Amino acid sequence: MPGITREEVAHLARLARLELTDEELDHFAGQLDDIIGAVARVSDVADQDVPPTSHPLPLTNVMRPDEVRPSLTPQQALSGAPAAAQQRFKVPQILGEEA
Amino acid sequence: MTDVIHRTAAEIAAQVADGTVTATEVTEAHLARIEAVDEKVHAFLHVDREGALEQARAVDARRAAGEKLGPLAGVPLALKDIFTTEGVPTTCGSKILEGWIPPYDATVTRRLKEAGVVILGKTNMDEFAMGSSTETSAYGPTGNPWDLTRIPGGSGGGSAAAIASYQAPLAIGTDTGGSIRQPAAVTGTVGVKPTYGGVSRYGMIAFSSSLDQGGPCARTVLDAALLHEAIAGHDPLDSTSIDAPVPAVVEAARNGSVAGLRVGVVKEFRGEGYQAGVMARFDESVELLRELGAEVVEVSCPSFDKALAAYYLIAPSECSSNLARFDAMRYGLRVGDTGGRSAEEVTTLTRGAGFGDEVKRRIMLGTYALSSGYYDAYYGSAQKVRTLISRDFERAFGDVDVLISPTTPTTAFAIGERVDDPMAMYLADLCTIPTNLAGNAAMSLPCGLADEDGLPVGLQIIAPAMADERLYRVGAAVEAAFRARWGHPLLEEAPAL
Repeated sequence: MPGITREEVAHLARLARLELTDEELDHFAGQLDDIIGAVARVSDVADQDVPPTSHPLPLTNVMRPDEVRPSLTPQQALSGAPAAAQQRFKVPQILGEEA
Repeated sequence: MTDVIHRTAAEIAAQVADGTVTATEVTEAHLARIEAVDEKVHAFLHVDREGALEQARAVDARRAAGEKLGPLAGVPLALKDIFTTEGVPTTCGSKILEGWIPPYDATVTRRLKEAGVVILGKTNMDEFAMGSSTETSAYGPTGNPWDLTRIPGGSGGGSAAAIASYQAPLAIGTDTGGSIRQPAAVTGTVGVKPTYGGVSRYGMIAFSSSLDQGGPCARTVLDAALLHEAIAGHDPLDSTSIDAPVPAVVEAARNGSVAGLRVGVVKEFRGEGYQAGVMARFDESVELLRELGAEVVEVSCPSFDKALAAYYLIAPSECSSNLARFDAMRYGLRVGDTGGRSAEEVTTLTRGAGFGDEVKRRIMLGTYALSSGYYDAYYGSAQKVRTLISRDFERAFGDVDVLISPTTPTTAFAIGERVDDPMAMYLADLCTIPTNLAGNAAMSLPCGLADEDGLPVGLQIIAPAMADERLYRVGAAVEAAFRARWGHPLLEEAPAL
């Protein structure tokens, strides 16, 4: 399996919305390469005809009665918001100028 | 009142119930202990003095009113800072949640309050439970009460250190790859990872949802069982919570026995990387089980050698998705919102500033494992390994009642020793991870001190899913036999703080 390059780490950081400094990129690239090299041994079983397990419990579609229940008040829900206005979360600009 | 801190939870509850001591006095004694030693240990991130005393007074008032108290009423507890607590700060060991005050209680928190348990405060942990040493906490490391220059294990190092230093008789941890059992092993305490789905995850900040499981930490097997029973059981707020009766763990802990039991020693858990003193105490435990009437056989679980690799693909993959919620919009830290920046830029800056190195590494590793082109080779293969590990367990439990192994390959290592070598750190969870991948139950309990460093060694007992009571039946028998041999609990050998 190929190793991971500094450029790939920078790409991963962008995908994961993580601001990294150049020093961090250098540091993480070497470490991630080591880790990926070590975990790549799982691919030994890639060709085996074994069903995948995503979860320890064989659950599908857990249902509950469709009843109104108590929930957080708007004030409680907004209590940790970095910014709020008019009972809403106040966020920075989401759409571009042109949109 | 100083000796109340050395009593077990069962003893404290009995004395509160019969009026020998009040819950308020018990709580004050533990708060005084925290005041006296936690500057050195740093087990707590937040001590809720007023809240604890208020809970204690409520228990005393209920008793005065003639109410019958539950089996843990008036007993103080240290809660891992991964559980939400209404009105009390919850950080999960991260800067990104610094100062966050949740508007609701986790189900575990609510059940503890309903049981009359007194929550003293929130304990230190690796950031978002990612680590094996509590060093990735954004708030500084915790010391191991046996040697403050060494790690108390992780991620629940604060919870284990709190009970090992008599700051609380009980604590709650969470175990995704060993975060309850490994800290128990290296601090000479008892820790249990219940069957997946046995304890509600509602309000437990998610790291890897198919692996995370809350559970009890205590100084004795019976105390762990009492706490297990208090927090376990079906919860409609967690769709992966098992809708079945809680295994009879307290009854099992009161009736320890291994006579006639078949015990399997996992062959794969020894060899290179295992400390000689750890294996010596483990081999002694095997002999002890034989003396107590168990039939001990060797069992092979050939896929376990791929468990660590599978875990470090599955857990980071799930964490990269779970931690996407920390977007700087609804709660927690927000950095760089100066007016000119977009929401996406603010999210990126905030996550860069708010997450520590280990969390960043795992988010990127998960993002990589889930990206197209690599998905089948990595995540897909890891899921196949998970199936093979479950089959190993099924085969083994077709032959034996419980499996045993060392909990962790070495005793507590020095603070700083592995902090910048992720692969070395990950090896601490070698023996505990298979249980998380398969979803069954396991316990760690003390089995002595390693000769070379005088530090505690943990014995791991593993049971099938929903057979948690077997852990307690075997654990109680082993604990009683060791105590008879040593003449006192192992923790009494820890140096005074």
